Amino acid sequence: MSQDIRIKKGLDLNLVGVAEQTFQKEVASATFGFYLDDFHALTPKLRLKEGAEVKAGEPLFYDKNNPDIQFVSPVSGELVAVERGERRKILSIRLLADKNQEYVKHPKLSVGEASREELLGYFLSTGLWPFIKQRPFDLIADPKQTPKAIFVSGLNTGPLNTDLDFVLKGSEDKLQAALSALKKLTPGAVHVTVASKKNSVFSTLDDIELHQINQLHPAGLVGTQIAQIDPINKGEVVWVVGAQDLVIIGELLLTGQFNATRAIAVAGSRVTSPKYIKTKIGAELGPILEAIGVQEGDNRFIAGDVLTGAQVSSNGHLRYYATQLTVIPEGNDYEFFGWNKPVFNKISPTRALTFSWLNKNKAYDLNTNTNGEHRAFVVTGSYEEVFPLDIYPMQLLKACMVKDLDEMEQLGLYEVAPEDFSLTEFICISKQSHQAIIREGLDILKQELG
Amino acid sequence: MKQKLHEIKERVKDKKWAPAFNAIHTFLYTPNEVTHKGGTHVKAADDLKRTMNTVILSLVPCLLFGIFNAGYQHYSAIEGFPQDFSIFEHFVNWRNLVVGLTTVLPLLIVSYGVGLAIEFVFAVIKGHEVEEGYLVTGMLVPLIVPVDTPLWMLAIAVAFGVVIGKEVFGGTGMNILNPALTIRAFLFFAYPTWMSGDKVWVHGAVDGVTKANATDAISGETILGYLAQNKTDEMTYSLSEMFYGFIPGSVGETSTFLILLGGLFLVFTKIASWRIMVSAVLGALAMGLMFNAVVDFGWIQSYSKFYSLMAFDFWKHLIVGGLAFGIVYMATDPVTSSQTNRGKWIYGFLIGFISVMIRVFNPGYPEGVFLAILLMNVFAPTIDHYVVQANVKRRLKRAQHAKIYPANEPATLETQTV
Repeated sequence: MSQDIRIKKGLDLNLVGVAEQTFQKEVASATFGFYLDDFHALTPKLRLKEGAEVKAGEPLFYDKNNPDIQFVSPVSGELVAVERGERRKILSIRLLADKNQEYVKHPKLSVGEASREELLGYFLSTGLWPFIKQRPFDLIADPKQTPKAIFVSGLNTGPLNTDLDFVLKGSEDKLQAALSALKKLTPGAVHVTVASKKNSVFSTLDDIELHQINQLHPAGLVGTQIAQIDPINKGEVVWVVGAQDLVIIGELLLTGQFNATRAIAVAGSRVTSPKYIKTKIGAELGPILEAIGVQEGDNRFIAGDVLTGAQVSSNGHLRYYATQLTVIPEGNDYEFFGWNKPVFNKISPTRALTFSWLNKNKAYDLNTNTNGEHRAFVVTGSYEEVFPLDIYPMQLLKACMVKDLDEMEQLGLYEVAPEDFSLTEFICISKQSHQAIIREGLDILKQELG
Repeated sequence: MKQKLHEIKERVKDKKWAPAFNAIHTFLYTPNEVTHKGGTHVKAADDLKRTMNTVILSLVPCLLFGIFNAGYQHYSAIEGFPQDFSIFEHFVNWRNLVVGLTTVLPLLIVSYGVGLAIEFVFAVIKGHEVEEGYLVTGMLVPLIVPVDTPLWMLAIAVAFGVVIGKEVFGGTGMNILNPALTIRAFLFFAYPTWMSGDKVWVHGAVDGVTKANATDAISGETILGYLAQNKTDEMTYSLSEMFYGFIPGSVGETSTFLILLGGLFLVFTKIASWRIMVSAVLGALAMGLMFNAVVDFGWIQSYSKFYSLMAFDFWKHLIVGGLAFGIVYMATDPVTSSQTNRGKWIYGFLIGFISVMIRVFNPGYPEGVFLAILLMNVFAPTIDHYVVQANVKRRLKRAQHAKIYPANEPATLETQTV
């Protein structure tokens, strides 16, 4: 067993509206949606036309640059709409679900006997591949590459995140199947990091290297864990899989069915009684919100958490990788002398007449106001307080802004994903868009040197 | 009012002078801006205005003290220092306040008026929002000049400092030199006779106000002035006067006590870097100790012109002159100081070290802190470069053991549907 990991730098955002650990009765969503933004830099090629009938697990589209990578339908039903943008770029795909769900029946695969090549082919053809993401560049993994290790984060530390120990309970066999399969895909280890080696669902599983980390955000971000366990060097590749996606992978390996079911936390200050619900990838928000209840008013709906999630409309759909739905108030209002009066109701990393340091356990009801205007970088040393990686965050951001490839590389851009810069973006006094800057930097680096 | 301003904002948003309106609008109300796509949905409470405002708050005690001290030094020069000093009888009183307000307030108004006007003009020309950097600079400038500085001089210096020191580099956040110190340096090199000597530190001395019951004009020598001229015997200030600041000097720099309080406030609020403050103090003490040692070993004779300053107890350097003010409020400017934590230690230490060195060896003007900080401003990027290179080297070294596997073609299975 490896050493326990302890990070000292970080910030927990304690927000109002933590999901209670009970499941709302499942609701039937009529429509399901794919947003192509979820798959960064992907050029999709549709396999089916509008009006086509599909089964759950049947391929809908594939990656034009890497035709082996299939994206399959989470439900059986009809492909009803393809929304296109400029130059006929596909923006989203909508499916109308059947009452009775039919699944594509894949052959079961015995993980123990399958070779690496067989497993790769299986993952690709059955639509499991998009669950495997890679670093560097934070994209869907390239099946032609061999990763030096695979990482799974077994804990969530972000604001209002799902409790993985709660939602994964009882899925041990599926997790084991998925992890054993992943172990065959890498010559290195499958690293799983959890909050407590004793109590986690991962504690009893084989084929993994288990790590324990203290629960200070961003300890739950896999980027933090990679940096601590086996940092990425230039030229190296690691793969990353979400803990809940392991369940889908495992079930397919065991039963041959692509069951896109996920437990998501519906949380946030605008949710009447925050709790968990089981639903499928891409499910329509409307029925979920109706079942759980959302307060009237100008709300922001976020698929994901408030730091890294994507904004969706109340009649939109869950995002592909989202394991959480957060509803918070919009903040499009002015505040009289908001910049100099004492602040008690917002989170602040400083004590500049802000008082969130007084009570660490207080939960806050934050809205989407930026609390100030965009400015040039002025303050130094504040990002380092919440950034646990051995990287100079501001210097790396500036290298990305001026598109200096050498500096990006030298300062460690290969090691990070945009989400690693979500906390620094949250506390940024100059209100810079760190995640967008890093995303753009990664794209340039990939394009020029990738 | 909120609604009305919102309507005006919408109406003027395409106009060229919109930044000017927005500056005033955002001063009254934090904007209704919400987070946008691809970023965090919530943001922390702090913005640049709050940060700058915190620095200004920490400067208010120094300003108030400076106002009363202007009057106190003026009347003490005329009438002699009171024998049984009482703070409410001799310091915080109406006639000191009147002198202070008529001398210090105009400095403050000119500093803000000229500086902000230039900021607004540049914002409109370049079409960006008015950035808050000058809010602090404007407050610092009157505190670091002699009390009788002519207003026209100050106006020219401010214009120079803001345009050449900051705007030509691209405005707040882009400047290399601390703007307030650029202004101070401009004054010092352009009008040296106004910025040094024994006449400028006390209100009225330049105009030849005479002492009570005598015909000779008043003067006010700073402690460093006495020391530089080896006139230690004539100096009558006690230690507590030096520490609490009842001494002549630039308007806001005299009270080490209040500067210390301001510094603690800035460290507590996490606005200023404690690393820079601590290391600068250490640097000053180190240099002071070395000079003391030179005296102790008898390597310098008492007739040397450096003798008094070198023999001055090393820790006393911290409570006279502008060193404390410079360390707390100038060296910690995040834009012009080192940006890495390790760099801040080096940067701060060298500021303290070089300040005391210049103080002792500069024959014309026995204060070195502003020159030391400006010098280190120039070297801050170099310090950062080497600190960051250590990180880069560590990464390169690690990369030598990289585990890179060759690309392979996976076997593809046909999609099977049943």
